[in-house]
Amino acid sequence: MFGPLVVKAGTSRNNKTGSWRIETRPKFLQKNCIGCKMCLLICPEGCISGDEKNTYSCDYEFCKGCGGCAVICPKADVIMVKEESKE
Amino acid sequence: MREFLEGSQAVAEAVKLCKPGVISAYPITPQTHIVEELAQMVADGELNSQFVNVESEHSAASVVLGAVATGVRAYTASSSQGLIYMAEVLFNIAGMRLPVVLTCANRALSAPINIWNDQQDSVSMRDTGWIQLYAENAQEVVDLHFIAYRLGEDKSVMLPVMVCMDGFILTHGIETVDIPTQEEVDKFLPAYTPLYKLDPDNPLTLGPIVDPEYYMETRYAIQETHKEALELIPQINAEFSKVFGRQYQGLIEEYRTKDAGRVIVAMGSVCGTIKDVVDELRTKGKKVGLLKIITYRPFPQQEIYEALKSSPKVAVLDRALSLGSFAPLAAEIKATFFNKKKKPQVISSFIVGLGGRDITKDSIKEIFRLLNTKEKAGEFIDLKPELLKERYE
Amino acid sequence: MSKILFAPGHTACAGCGQALAARIVIDASGPNTIVANNTGCLEVFSTKYPESAWEVPWIHSLFENSAAVASGIEAALKYLGKKDNINVIAQGGDGGTADIGLQALSGMLERGHDILYVCYDNEAYMNTGIQRSGLTPFDANTTTSPIGSRSTGNIHPKKPMPEIAYAHGIPYVATASVGFTQDLQKKVKKAFTIKGPKYLQIHVPCPLGWGHQPNISFQVAKLAVETGLFPLIEYENGKLSVRQIQPKPVEEYLKVQARFKHLLNSPEEIKKIQAIADANIDKYNLRTQS
Repeated sequence: MFGPLVVKAGTSRNNKTGSWRIETRPKFLQKNCIGCKMCLLICPEGCISGDEKNTYSCDYEFCKGCGGCAVICPKADVIMVKEESKE
Repeated sequence: MREFLEGSQAVAEAVKLCKPGVISAYPITPQTHIVEELAQMVADGELNSQFVNVESEHSAASVVLGAVATGVRAYTASSSQGLIYMAEVLFNIAGMRLPVVLTCANRALSAPINIWNDQQDSVSMRDTGWIQLYAENAQEVVDLHFIAYRLGEDKSVMLPVMVCMDGFILTHGIETVDIPTQEEVDKFLPAYTPLYKLDPDNPLTLGPIVDPEYYMETRYAIQETHKEALELIPQINAEFSKVFGRQYQGLIEEYRTKDAGRVIVAMGSVCGTIKDVVDELRTKGKKVGLLKIITYRPFPQQEIYEALKSSPKVAVLDRALSLGSFAPLAAEIKATFFNKKKKPQVISSFIVGLGGRDITKDSIKEIFRLLNTKEKAGEFIDLKPELLKERYE
Repeated sequence: MSKILFAPGHTACAGCGQALAARIVIDASGPNTIVANNTGCLEVFSTKYPESAWEVPWIHSLFENSAAVASGIEAALKYLGKKDNINVIAQGGDGGTADIGLQALSGMLERGHDILYVCYDNEAYMNTGIQRSGLTPFDANTTTSPIGSRSTGNIHPKKPMPEIAYAHGIPYVATASVGFTQDLQKKVKKAFTIKGPKYLQIHVPCPLGWGHQPNISFQVAKLAVETGLFPLIEYENGKLSVRQIQPKPVEEYLKVQARFKHLLNSPEEIKKIQAIADANIDKYNLRTQS
């Protein structure tokens, strides 16, 4: 007989940490983006994805709204907006 | 093949036949000869094993934990302070259901520091979830290692097993032992196939944090597994005797107990001495016997009940204490008979052989003498009252 | 783009430097990696049953033994003849590495196991509530080195763990920071091209424990390096290379963190911390020659 001991890989995806956001969420303007990838690199959740310029966005199911992406963007192409606006 | 070997050497031969892939240990008297022998076997190319010389027992246990978690059979050995030092890891290994095998060369615990034999070390670890097996002589030590791997690695068990052998008495005594062939061992002990392991082809997370909603069931599962092991152990021992010829019931051994008016219950090498005394007293017409406990965890309540229910007087020998309360084995024997209609009239508790104090045939005869209608509670045998006169002021 | 090996949905604080570092480390290491992890923030927030963020085989045993568990994993892989294709990481926080885990780490380094040890240095026992560790910097306010009428915080200097690791004679020792993410990626990848024990200490801000906004974790980490308080160094087979800086005054780093706020009224203490930074700058020749 065995109890709860082993966890399958990647099951944290069942926990939608996007629900943690209360005040603000990031909005990816996709206008002046230079594709530097810094937003993608520094997101602690790893929920930002993108390829060439102006293709970057985040997975709102997991984004905790820390705002690091908005601060790091050298072109201010990510801004923090009110959570309710759902932009 | 029958060989004249030091006990530690015999253990090393047995472990070699089990083909562990990883061996890790830290030296502590009186376990040292076991690991030295194994190191020499690896150095001579006789044993293909990764020998990891660690910087402490805590790490030795952690290394074998990691190895078994990766799907490779592993082995370690310790004693006394070393065993207690790795206590945290022992609980961890059992909790993670990893079938490690560890030889404990039973030795007293500090303070005061004492390198000689008693069973306080392994008995103190009885709560860990490990299966604990106690050997009477070098042959049993050898055989119990094969049984340990077979039992622990059984897919319905998946628990670590501690093979306990009295320090110096069994580790350094030289006896004739039958060391089986590799073919015989391979017939009895299949390769280790884990239920889960660390493997990039199938990534799993082992050792998560488990909150109150989930924890209790893991402990219940181990408790139930110990109960299931009580059924499995005699079966495995039956398989064992088919391959190797030697018969063990597996949980207990009843030595001339059937018509005995007085029975001693004990674990470990002292049982050899007790058997000699039983035989001697029997020639004098005294009806005495020995109930040897081989499997201490899981505790074979039912078998002990059946073996002793008709014995009028029972003496339980403890080579360990639970300071401040009842002697450990005695408490469990008494609990076995609580509220039972058929039970011994007297279950007396004796403390013997702590810190390597010799248990002679005279000591055993004294115990049989003290085993009368007046129940004894934790009475120390061979105590020296003159040493209790210390004053520190 | 490489596969995501550290999934979202873990319960790290927003802006957690350690979560960021852990993701970068495992992504750089690749799917053929086995991880042994000490007890700590990372372990707790990434593996609460029944959810795990890890997409590689991962094991947690105790607080202080990931280096020993990893040694067992490495030995098992060697026995199976599989070690060459599989990376082994042992990792833990600063407390689990420099304090309670120092013994197991030292043993692993001394025995020459082919393992990368990663220390996530957020400079205190964060998981248990911000208590002082051996890697807590001088004058930091923690719950067990609190400021008070008789105290300006932690009185002990930061234990030089990279130097201690290097003193074992291992082929690769490096420090990294989540303020320099590509540098961190490079160092992880480089480490795995080297056989033998490797030690990597990553400076990771903790918004809660250090007392700063979660959106500036990257910038705080950068300032630690740019003031000289956390030098980025790399020992590779005996050769030292460093990331040179144009040193900023330590005040710029201290003033953005609540754990150092009490120092801003105390020029004496700031001088002491500047001296620590200056000593690092001298020792490692960090100043850019321009």
